[in-house]
Amino acid sequence: MSGHASNEINANVGWEGKGSPFSVGYGKLMMWFFLVSDALTFGGFLVAYGFSRYSFGGAWPIGEETFDALPLLHGSYPLAYVALMTFILIISSVTMVLAVEAGHRMDRKGVTNWMLATVLGGLIFVGSQAWEWSHFIHGTKFGRVELSDGSLATAKGQFGKITSFEIVTPGSHYTEVGGMITNDNITVEEGDLMHAFQHAAAKRHMSRENGVLMITLHDGTLAKVNKEADTDLQLIVKRAGTQHAVSSAADESTRIHEEEGSIDLYYEALAKGNIVYGANLHENEYGPQTYGQFFFFVTGFHGFHVTIGIILNIVIFLNVLKGTYHRRGHYEMVEKGGLYWHFVDLVWVFVFTFFYLI
Amino acid sequence: MDQRDDIIEYSLHSHHSEKEGKKLRKKIWKVTLILSIVTAVEVFLGALVKQGSDMWLTVKVLFIVLTLLKAGYIVLSFMHLGDEKKTLKWIIILPYVIFTLYLIFIGLTEGASAGSKM
Repeated sequence: MSGHASNEINANVGWEGKGSPFSVGYGKLMMWFFLVSDALTFGGFLVAYGFSRYSFGGAWPIGEETFDALPLLHGSYPLAYVALMTFILIISSVTMVLAVEAGHRMDRKGVTNWMLATVLGGLIFVGSQAWEWSHFIHGTKFGRVELSDGSLATAKGQFGKITSFEIVTPGSHYTEVGGMITNDNITVEEGDLMHAFQHAAAKRHMSRENGVLMITLHDGTLAKVNKEADTDLQLIVKRAGTQHAVSSAADESTRIHEEEGSIDLYYEALAKGNIVYGANLHENEYGPQTYGQFFFFVTGFHGFHVTIGIILNIVIFLNVLKGTYHRRGHYEMVEKGGLYWHFVDLVWVFVFTFFYLI
Repeated sequence: MDQRDDIIEYSLHSHHSEKEGKKLRKKIWKVTLILSIVTAVEVFLGALVKQGSDMWLTVKVLFIVLTLLKAGYIVLSFMHLGDEKKTLKWIIILPYVIFTLYLIFIGLTEGASAGSKM
């Protein structure tokens, strides 16, 4: 935008020393300096992530295997959701730069509309991230198992629906032997069948004899698990044990398939309680503990930046509505907020590549 | 609150005409299209090429190149750093690039070393 307005430095618009270094306003220059330091912080995080990943080698989770879920849909859609989030953030960056452009024309209505669009884009992004975190924390239906030979494996395939628990030994709540517990009559404490199943597995309240899974519920009821068969259950070995080598991400034949007894291996481990679902700060089903912490920290710190950005944008938006900048004669505040907002987008571009793609 | 005249925060050349705005908007939409296409290509390659396959190293390098391309468009076009004075541009970019390259070098070297001891 150089060369349109005045070419002389106007003393009224200079800094206290009556000069304007690099022909930019004080606030804008300081915003740039802040962004450089903040970029170094994020650079440090990503390099630390690379360091850990490099030192863990093959045990590190793979983006397209870990992030392949979409809300409300079953099946595998590698990276689709993250791509959508990236796109949302890029678009909100575009609406921001359009707000800045409108500001340069003193087009108050244009700035108002584009700022509003930017705030909405930011909110959608943070909302998407909330879903992503929730999904990461709750985990997959299969979880990760430790097989009898000591190897660690995640599972892929279609989880067969749990239809009911058939009461074998009555407990304090479910008293009728042979009665069926379904999602319609299950206690609030158990949640639903799937939740009760995963909870019992992780808490070692499960057993298995002759291929039949038995579950012990909170009230002491022992019940048989009625479940549809899983289809195409594949175990991806992440850490080698005495009998299974680490699966190669490039070659699906190195996974343990149904022909090699994946179902027996999986349910044997599940019945013993050697299973982890989802992620917390102590363990996660996706890979090394460090991986989960990096996920929460890097995407969390970015999400925190986005949240701050939304607040700043709302403040600027309200000032635009009030006409503060119009009276001031320029919309440089929109530009400064814009710099921060674009920076947030910029960081996501790098997080996207180094955390999800590579 | 009225206008705060005690805060001096005006940059030179910060206004432009309707005609120039039109040209700028065209450029913005062009950059938007480039960023979207590059992201789509990245996702497509990520889903198509498996990690550890023969193509993987090429794709990995391509990812980094495409990321830097996107970053370049965001910083130079959306953040208008391309329109700022040359000195300002280098004051922002150069220290960052030098330090980050060093950090990446040392991180990967140490990572490989730590990995071989585990």
